[in-house]
This record gives sequence, structure tokens and C-alpha cells, in this order.
Amino acid sequence: MAKQYETVIGLEVHVELATATKIFCGCSTKFGGRPNTHTCPVCTGMPGSLPVLNKKVVEHALKLGLALNCEINQYCQFDRKNYFYPDNPQNYQISQLYLPICHDGYLEISVSGEKKNVRIHEMHMEEDAGKLVHDEWEDCSLVDYNRSGVPLLEIVSEPDMRTADEVIAYLEKLRMLCRYLGVSDCKLQEGSMRADVNLSVREVGSQKLGTRTEMKNLNSFKAITHAIEGERERQIELLTEHREVVQETRRWDDNKESSYGMRSKEDAKDYRYFPDPDLQPVVISDDWLKELRGLQPEFQEEREKRFQKDYGLSEYDAGILTQSRHLADIFEDVAGLSGYPKKTANWLMGEGLRILKEKGMEPEELSFTPEHLSDLILAVEHGEINHGNARLVFEQILEADVDPVAYMEEHGMKVITDDGALLTAVNEVLAENPNVVEEFHSGKEKVFGFLVGQVMKKMKGKADPGKVNEALRGRI
Amino acid sequence: MGRRIDDATMDNVELLAKLTLEPEEREKVRGEMEQILDYVEKLNELDTEEAVPLVHILQEINVFREDVVTNGDGLADAMSNAPRSKDGQYMVPRTF
Amino acid sequence: MEQLFHMSALELGRKIRTGELLVRDVALSYMERIKEIDPMIHAFLALNEGRLEERITEVEAGIREGRYTGPLAGVPVAVKDNICTKGLFTTCASKMLEDFIPAYDAEAVKRMEAEGMILLGKTNMDEFAMGSTTETSYFQITVNPWNKEHVPGGSSGGSCAAVAAREAPLALGSDTGGSIRQPSSYCGVCGLKPTYGRVSRYGLIAFASSLDQIGPVGKTVGDCAALFEIIAGNDAKDSTSSNHPLENGEDLVSGGLQGMRIGIPEELADGIDAEVKKGILGAAQVMKENGAQVETFSLGLTDYLIPAYYIIACAEASSNLERFDGVKYGHRSKTAAELHEMYRKSRQEGFGAEVKRRILLGSFVLSSGYYDAYYLKALKAKALIKQEFDKAFEQYDCILAPAAPSTAPRVGVSLSDPLKMYLSDIDTVAVNLCGLPAISVPCGIDSKGLPIGMQVIGNCFQEKKILKAAAAYEALRGAFPVAWDTVGF
Repeated sequence: MAKQYETVIGLEVHVELATATKIFCGCSTKFGGRPNTHTCPVCTGMPGSLPVLNKKVVEHALKLGLALNCEINQYCQFDRKNYFYPDNPQNYQISQLYLPICHDGYLEISVSGEKKNVRIHEMHMEEDAGKLVHDEWEDCSLVDYNRSGVPLLEIVSEPDMRTADEVIAYLEKLRMLCRYLGVSDCKLQEGSMRADVNLSVREVGSQKLGTRTEMKNLNSFKAITHAIEGERERQIELLTEHREVVQETRRWDDNKESSYGMRSKEDAKDYRYFPDPDLQPVVISDDWLKELRGLQPEFQEEREKRFQKDYGLSEYDAGILTQSRHLADIFEDVAGLSGYPKKTANWLMGEGLRILKEKGMEPEELSFTPEHLSDLILAVEHGEINHGNARLVFEQILEADVDPVAYMEEHGMKVITDDGALLTAVNEVLAENPNVVEEFHSGKEKVFGFLVGQVMKKMKGKADPGKVNEALRGRI
Repeated sequence: MGRRIDDATMDNVELLAKLTLEPEEREKVRGEMEQILDYVEKLNELDTEEAVPLVHILQEINVFREDVVTNGDGLADAMSNAPRSKDGQYMVPRTF
Repeated sequence: MEQLFHMSALELGRKIRTGELLVRDVALSYMERIKEIDPMIHAFLALNEGRLEERITEVEAGIREGRYTGPLAGVPVAVKDNICTKGLFTTCASKMLEDFIPAYDAEAVKRMEAEGMILLGKTNMDEFAMGSTTETSYFQITVNPWNKEHVPGGSSGGSCAAVAAREAPLALGSDTGGSIRQPSSYCGVCGLKPTYGRVSRYGLIAFASSLDQIGPVGKTVGDCAALFEIIAGNDAKDSTSSNHPLENGEDLVSGGLQGMRIGIPEELADGIDAEVKKGILGAAQVMKENGAQVETFSLGLTDYLIPAYYIIACAEASSNLERFDGVKYGHRSKTAAELHEMYRKSRQEGFGAEVKRRILLGSFVLSSGYYDAYYLKALKAKALIKQEFDKAFEQYDCILAPAAPSTAPRVGVSLSDPLKMYLSDIDTVAVNLCGLPAISVPCGIDSKGLPIGMQVIGNCFQEKKILKAAAAYEALRGAFPVAWDTVGF
């Protein structure tokens, strides 16, 4: 019988922090600048330049560390990781090895209802590298240091995951935590969240870890899933053929949907880490920790439960709304203002998410005044606008944050509630259609709808159908 | 007794330091390094059991910068000493 | 005009303020003197001629309009070539940086400019400050103004020789293991290595970051104190710069020797050149006769100073010098096609023998399998050495020691035996390991006619104590002669 193999996976996740400036200098972290414009002597490794730590980076690291149930190294320092590569202007990366800011935490994940803790080995602060692009024309590479020095957190898990589903669940959970904390936007495609997968296989029942490989350049959940499946197969095949798995770094090729080893005799792999003498230690006081603990937000699970309890939402609705802290905040604001939590949830989840999906936007990108949506919901509830028009106004609120009351006026969408105008229209319709009135009185109830339609036509659609009904019944 | 710095060690140190010494230079440096290492091993006489490695002489801790952009366009300064560049980027032999 | 070159910097500053001397005359006279005498001394690598006129005009206006009111306004200064000067070559005396022109000024340079000082040029040094003789410079060998057959010391040999030869009234040097104090003693001038963290290292091209410190070189203790006051102080761009308050101006040097407790470590005073020892003990005697309590004491662990120092310095240097790779600036080999070949060839061609040896040693002591045995062990030794000094400073206000075990050696003898050269740093490296301030002051002349220097060492942030002891001694000693080989020039 064929042997059964188990996959053992640990992750090294890099998260790019949402700071305005780089980790060691006052250069902007904004995307999209012309090459080397967001640079200074520090992040281009000029001789004589020195790093100064961005306080926000430490705060973000601590927030995430607390959320990951980590122990905090209250005395931590930076180390230099020495290796030559052109994307690294100093040829050493400032990182943390000996005293990383956080260690020994865990993240609870859930896969098809099964809960599991993935242990966090450690988490540290470090600087990102620059960007290399290949220039075919000159057959050379070009170096851009705009990303050099952008702050990163590296979160290293223990090899506690066994399937691609667990890996995805871990990444999704980590991403949600980061977003709830405002620590990072964690976009895989843009590289603000990067996962390196350490994978080995072993016979089921074995306690010994097999030789692992590390896969890099995985920039979507799909790539991660495929890479894990492919690497598992590759390693099992090697073992079945009694060949050795070589400990190496492998690069994922998204086009070929496969990974390849990236060995070079010039890759020293001896990083000669030592404490960076240019940076003084970071000492995290109990008070500082306490203050940050106090600032921790209510996370998704708690909030989901509270939404069900306080607003009477279904588990499904509460779950969707709390996937994004921003969306959940909007919901709470609007629900509070309007007093219609369920309607608010319906608008946000139905129309709202549909529009976002159409435009390829994230819930984080929603920015409108909560009063505006609340006013629209109230207008609908008070019969001041019909549903079709309300949808148009909603779209305008999402797109341009328009004031619905003004917008409805301007575009003649407001339902006419003036009884005088309605009564006149009713009287006119009754006078103009004596035959139909006759038919109604002789028991043909169906013709009532025709009369309602005639009144609506006279009102140019701006009448509340309920009121038209009521007025017609009273006069006929 | 083998040499303290054998060929493999010397190769490795040159790899780490990104230097390729000329054969003659290499032998000379190897000899000097061995002599210096022999000397610095005097430290082994010293009982450091109780000692905590001292990295920072200064007492200062938590030297921070606020997260405020202070730097503008650094392109011209970044490129002013570049041996080779193209389109505002440093040019290096192909990396992949 | 000859008088001008022999005035102290403070005197020059005073005469400029009162209008007795013109900024322009002073600056141009010095520039002329450099041109006349430097072909013999080889202290300068680059002169700030291009922008001198403009700067003179600016400083004249600044003084007139009351923007520059400090004691050194209008005074020229030379700067060691590992300190970045915007728009002016900064080479670290290395082929690697032969064409390097920084886009920014070091903080110390900025502060001097903000006080109305005038940059004369950049001074020679050992390549990347690695060496004790200024002979490892890629460009030229600076000679000792007292005897051209001898070295000026190093690595700030250019700055010290320039001050000794009266080519500059003041200079900046840098000190990682004695690089200000030892050449100051060889050249018969004063040189101050401030407490680690006193002077911003921003713009100082790093050799060993935990040990490097910029400091002043001058004819007198007072001049050094005045320049020290200008360049010292917290800098937000250097995380290792301190907030510790500093006494100002005259306070730094006043007070005298009365009641001061001074200790001479036997271990540093023994086994050295007899004439140097005599010079130091003579100075000690003078201090004793004038109110100080002077005694010898035993300083422990001196056998471990050189090993701990060289391991730490080389380890940091190996990392600090990684940035010189031919990508962003500096020498790039013309013959390399592949990336790593480019790194290796550019560095092989760009660095000199001493620099390469230290990079290799540093890479070795940090490499896997050796880190604990060498680097970590050295950090532990450093901790124990620091404790020895803490104990000493419980007993003494200052420690008195030679600045070097001998006077200046002849040109061409030191480099052949690196270990011997390293061992000659025994008197100076402890100060860097422990972050202490120390000043070197001339205290005699040996039978070869070469100056002897003594070193006054203080506890961290106690520059005032060493400056006032040194100034009091200097006053008792009287004016020090002018370097023989420059007399008549």
C-alpha cells in the first residue's frame, strides 16, 4: 500500500505598514512616484547617513503583537542582516534577529467550522528593499529605491498548518486583524502582504519534520494554493523515488504555475547578523503597553456577536458587515442615526457591496457622510422617494457623497406629499373617466389599478402609491 | 596541526566580503589574519561567564522620529554620483 | 602676517570681531600658506577654492549683520576627508571614493558653517580611517611637520599635520581608536575625542559606528574646547547622539587643578618608550605641584583592550563598508560583466590592503560558527573593561596616560607588521570602547626632536573636567614650540 503523507507548513508573512514615512527616514511611502524620487541619503545608503526609527512602526508592531497574543520583548533592538544585492542600498538590511519585538503568540483560525490555533514563533520589524526591473534593451537591471526603507513586519509562524485551506484561513485572519488595527492594507497583489511558504512532507504518524523548502513570490491566494499543492506533489515524488528533498528557496512562476530552485554559489546564506550600532534599544514600558492595550479595537468575532445581539442582524449579515472594520463602522454610524439597522444592513450589503464589486473597490475605500445614507433611508421609510430613485441616489452617495435631500429636490425625485395636488389629480381622473368609474362601481375591482396609474401619470410619478390609493378610495 | 584559516574558510570569507584577492595577496593576508586571530584569542583567558554583552555605551533609549514626511524629491542627489544610470535608476548587471 | 599663523583660533576670532583682522585676509592668507607649504607636508587632499570668495563675502556680511557672533566666526577650518562636505570631494583617502562628491553636509560641518567658520579644504587620512600613520591613504603620505622623515600619526594625520604646520588654525578629525589623540601627540597639537554621542555622526563616513566620534584638533586646549562647543549637541538625525547638557564657553576650561584627583594607570605607563614615560611623569609632577592629587593605580584587563577593540572595530567595519559596491557611487570595475563579479572586482580594485584585511577579519569574526567565540566574547570583554573604568572613576576625576607608547615612527616602517601596528594603539582604544572623552596635549619633546603627548581621560560627559585639567596644565607648561620643519615658512 502506498504511504500516506502529511504536509507541514509554516509561513513567513511580510506586511507593509500603513505609515506616511519610511521606517528610518522622513521619505514618503506613497506608491507610484517616479523612480528614486522618494529617496534621501538614508534610504539610498549614502556614506555617512544614519537611520532614525519611526515611532509609528513600533506602535503598529505592538498592536499587531498584542492582537496575535504575543509575548512582548520589552527590551528589543535592531540587527543588521548582511548580504549583497542591488535592491538593498547598504548591502545590509536592518531587521531584528536576537531580540525581536514580539514572540510566542498564536492566531486562531477556523476551517469549515473547525477551530485551530496556529502558533506565532516571532514577529519583527524590518525595512523593505528597493525594486529591480529588467531592461531588455540594455540587458541589465535598473534599481529604484522608492520602496527601500518602507516599514515591514515579518510574522513567522510555527509549522502548524497542514493544508492550503488552513494557510488561506490564516492569511485571511491575519489580513483582517491588520486591517482592523489600521496597521496595513494587506494587499497581496500590490505586495503589501507577502507570504513565503515553508513546506515539508512526512509520513503520517511521524513526529520528525522533513526537509523543507521555502517558496517565494506568491502574490495571490490562488498562487499560494497551487504552489502548496505542486510542492507537496514534488516532494512526495522525490521521497517515493528515494531521492532527497534539497533545502532551498524556490521561486513561484505565476505564468508557468510552478516553482523553481533559485540557488547560486554567490548566495552566502551566512547573514552575519549583529546588533546595529546605529540604533539605540527600544524599551517598551508597562504603561506604554497598557495604553496600547486600551486602544485595541473590538475585533471581528466579538463585533459579529454584538451586531446580532444589539441590532438583531442574522449571523450571516453580521458576519459580512464585520469583515471590514470600516464597513462595520459605517453600519454602526448609519444604523444609529437612522434607527433602521436592518434597512441599513440591507443597503450596505445589497446595493453597497454590489457597487463596490462592480468598481473593483474594497470596503475600506468607502468614504461618505453617514448622515447622507441615514437621510436616504429615512426618506424611503417616509415614502418621500420611491425605491428605483433611491437606488440612484445611493449610488451618488457612494460615488460623490451627495446630500440625498438636496439631490432629490434638484432632480425632481421627491415624492409629492402635498394633498392638494394629489386631490386635484384624483378629481380630474375621476371626472375624465366616468365609464371606468361606472365599471368599478358595478364590481370590476380590477379597473382601480388603471385609475391609480392615471393619477400617477398626472403626478409624473412623484406620488406615493399608498397615498394615491388612499385618496382614490376616498373619492371614488 | 592544520592551518587556522584553510582554503575553504578563506574562500568563504572572501565570498562574504565580496573580495577576490590575488593569489599572492591572499597568502599574505591569510598569514596576517592568522597572526591577529592568534593574538586576539587572548580573550579566551578572560572569564566572561557573568558578563552581559555590551552593545550600546549610550544610555539613551527610544530614540524616535514622528511619522511625518520631511523629505522631498531626492532623485538628483541619489543619481549625482552613480557610476551608471538610466532613466533615473541605477544600472547594474542583470540580476535574473 | 606671519604672526597670524601662530595665533590661536580664539585669538583670530577675537581680532576678527574687533576688526583688527579681516575675514578675507585671514582666509586668503591661510589658503596661500597651504599652497606654499603643503607640497612639503601633503596634509590636504582637496581645497575649497572654488567657493572661497563667495563664502568670505557671506561670512563678512554675516558678522556685519550680527548673524555670526560666536568666538570662531570668520575662523578658517580644515576637515578630515571622511566627513561629508556638500559639493566638495570626500574620498576617505580611498580609490573607492576618488570621485565622490556628497550631496549633503555632515552635521558637524553644518554647525561650523552656522557659526561663520570658513572651510579651507579636506585633509588626508588613513584609508577609511584604518591605520595609525596616514600611510594607508591611496593618494599621498602626509609627513610630520616636526621631521619630514616621520609620520604624522593617524588616522587624522592630515588634520593634525595641517594644524602643526600652521596650514589651518583648527581642524576636524575623527577618532575610532585614537585617530585624533595619537596624531595630535605625534604632531605636537591638541586633539579632543568627545564622549560617544556628544557630536553627531551624521555625515561621518562610518568605520566602526559604536566607536567613531568627530572631534576638534587645535593649537590649544581652549581652541579645542571652543570648536567642541560648536559641533557638540543633540542631532535628531543621529540616533546615537545624546541629550546630555553641556557647560558652555569659558566654563569648559576654567577652574584649575586644585583638589583634582588624577590617576595614572601603571599598565599604560609601563613598558613604553622611556622618554615618553618621562614626559608623562613630568607633566604629572607639574599637576601635582599645582594642587592636583596624582597617584598611580592598577587598571585591570589592559591585556584585553586590543583584542576586544579590533574584533568589534573590524566586525562593524566589514558591515559599514558593504555599501561600497559600485552601484550607487564610488569605484566600479570596468571589467566585470556579472553582478557578483562586479561587486568583487570593484571592491578588490577600490580598497587598499589595510581596509581589505579588516573587512576580511570582520567578516570572519561575524561568520557562522565564530560569532560567539569572537564577536560576542569581545562585547562581553567590553562590558568588563567598562566596569574597570567605572571603578577608576569612583577614585579619580581624570586618568592621565600617554597618547601613544612612543613618538612618531619613521615613514615606511609601520605597515609591514600589522599586528605590531595594532598593538601600538594600546593607550587609546579603551577610551573608544567605553565611550569616554579624552584630550591629547603636548607635554614634551624627545631627544629626536619629536613631540610627546599626554592624554587626559574623563568619565562619560565630563569633558569639562578633562578640559580644565588640560588647560591648567597647558598654562603651566607655557607655549609649545612650532614644528621645526616648518619654521621659516
